[in-house]
Amino acid sequence: MSHLAYLLVLAGCLVCAIWLEPVLRVNVLRRWRRLLLTLLPVIVVFVLWDLAAIAAGHWTFDPEQTTGILLPGGLPVDELLFFVVVPVCAVLGFEAVRAVLRRPAGDGDE
Amino acid sequence: MTYTAAALLGVVAAIGVDLFLLRTRLVRRVVFWATYPIIIVFQLLSNGILTGRRIVIYDPAAIIGWRIAYAPVEDLLFGFAMVLLTLSVWVWLGRRGVQREPRAGEGSALLRFARARLDERTGQRKSADM
Repeated sequence: MSHLAYLLVLAGCLVCAIWLEPVLRVNVLRRWRRLLLTLLPVIVVFVLWDLAAIAAGHWTFDPEQTTGILLPGGLPVDELLFFVVVPVCAVLGFEAVRAVLRRPAGDGDE
Repeated sequence: MTYTAAALLGVVAAIGVDLFLLRTRLVRRVVFWATYPIIIVFQLLSNGILTGRRIVIYDPAAIIGWRIAYAPVEDLLFGFAMVLLTLSVWVWLGRRGVQREPRAGEGSALLRFARARLDERTGQRKSADM
């Protein structure tokens, strides 16, 4: 159970943000191609940063509280999922604020 | 390089992407600064659990040592860089015409209801003024 601790935190983040899709119709998941294309460079950049930080010893992960599945370079799969979940939550939140405030963001809405 | 230096560099790089590379200029927009405080609350919460429960452990030599809700202050910079890069790419793709539609809020009965009520009230106030 404790091996799921990191994943549970990520699940909590998703739960806090995902309701915006049906309730406010932020239409982020419906624009899944744009979302996937957004995730791609973010994951690449931050996985590289993470690998460098792990190699430099900036941080380590408790093997008792993570799944134990390690990717090359010692990157826990939990941490990779962090770089998926957090950007998705950020876009959901951003689009929710736009839906309510109706302020321009510069993607053809001005 | 310490985590402190890397995090500062990350923020500068993300702002550079936003202002000069993709030219989304989100850091100059109300909608970004209205979103960020909401995100930071959830970041402090989830990051607080990850560091407070020692799921992620930091080398004291790599950080400056200031902590907010258990998490090293560097994590706030790391999070800011990640959120800004994410939203900048998202907006840039939209500007390039990638799935602009359906727009945020399109088809939301809740928003429609709230706006109708708001219009009603401001309408009443206006007629009372006259």
